[in-house]
Amino acid sequence: MFTISATPIDTAAFLDELRRGRAGACVTFEGWVRDLNEGRPVTALEYEAHAPLAEKEGNRIVSEAMEKFGALAVVGVHRTGSLVVGDLAVWIGVVAQHRSAAFDACRYVIDESKGRLPIWKRERYLDGSSEWINCAARGGHAAAGH
Amino acid sequence: MILKTVLIRYYAILREQRGIEDETLLTDAATPAALYEELRARHGFTLTGDRVRAALNDEFAQSDAPLRNGDRIAFLPPMAGG
Repeated sequence: MFTISATPIDTAAFLDELRRGRAGACVTFEGWVRDLNEGRPVTALEYEAHAPLAEKEGNRIVSEAMEKFGALAVVGVHRTGSLVVGDLAVWIGVVAQHRSAAFDACRYVIDESKGRLPIWKRERYLDGSSEWINCAARGGHAAAGH
Repeated sequence: MILKTVLIRYYAILREQRGIEDETLLTDAATPAALYEELRARHGFTLTGDRVRAALNDEFAQSDAPLRNGDRIAFLPPMAGG
């Protein structure tokens, strides 16, 4: 299950959704808002999403992870709205019978999410400027990730 | 030339540059790519067409997919989730 959330992520509730008798390993990933991107001090950011499409594509990634790695359950949540340094921006949880599949599937979901979900990030910097990541007019380069 | 009415939704930098989040437009553009070029010329979007993807009716679409009357089209700038 993949969800776009306009409010803070209740990780305990999502963790509960992963519980399975067969699960012997649980791997979670948290992406936090960092105070520095490509050398520029970041104070806050905004995420915007095409929510119905992001959830559809997120659920495709979840299905792929379950199929490829044999994960028993996968949950992903991505925030939208205004966040400050230290806030939780994305949460991925995976359970599998054994740790190797859980680690691999979790890594797969976050890696795929970065390039495939219609989500955009506007960073606000200490000097008062701000910018949409990856949207520079010429030769914009990929933002450093979490 | 076939005129059609489409509902356009803009996101992120395109929404800001357009100044509104959606609009209904009568157009003769046959594809998302052609419609984007029409809008880019009119509104001065900084992103070139090759960097913008389209979604039709809440699903990813090819840039040369046929545009139909009543379609909901979204223009998606380069993605930056995570």
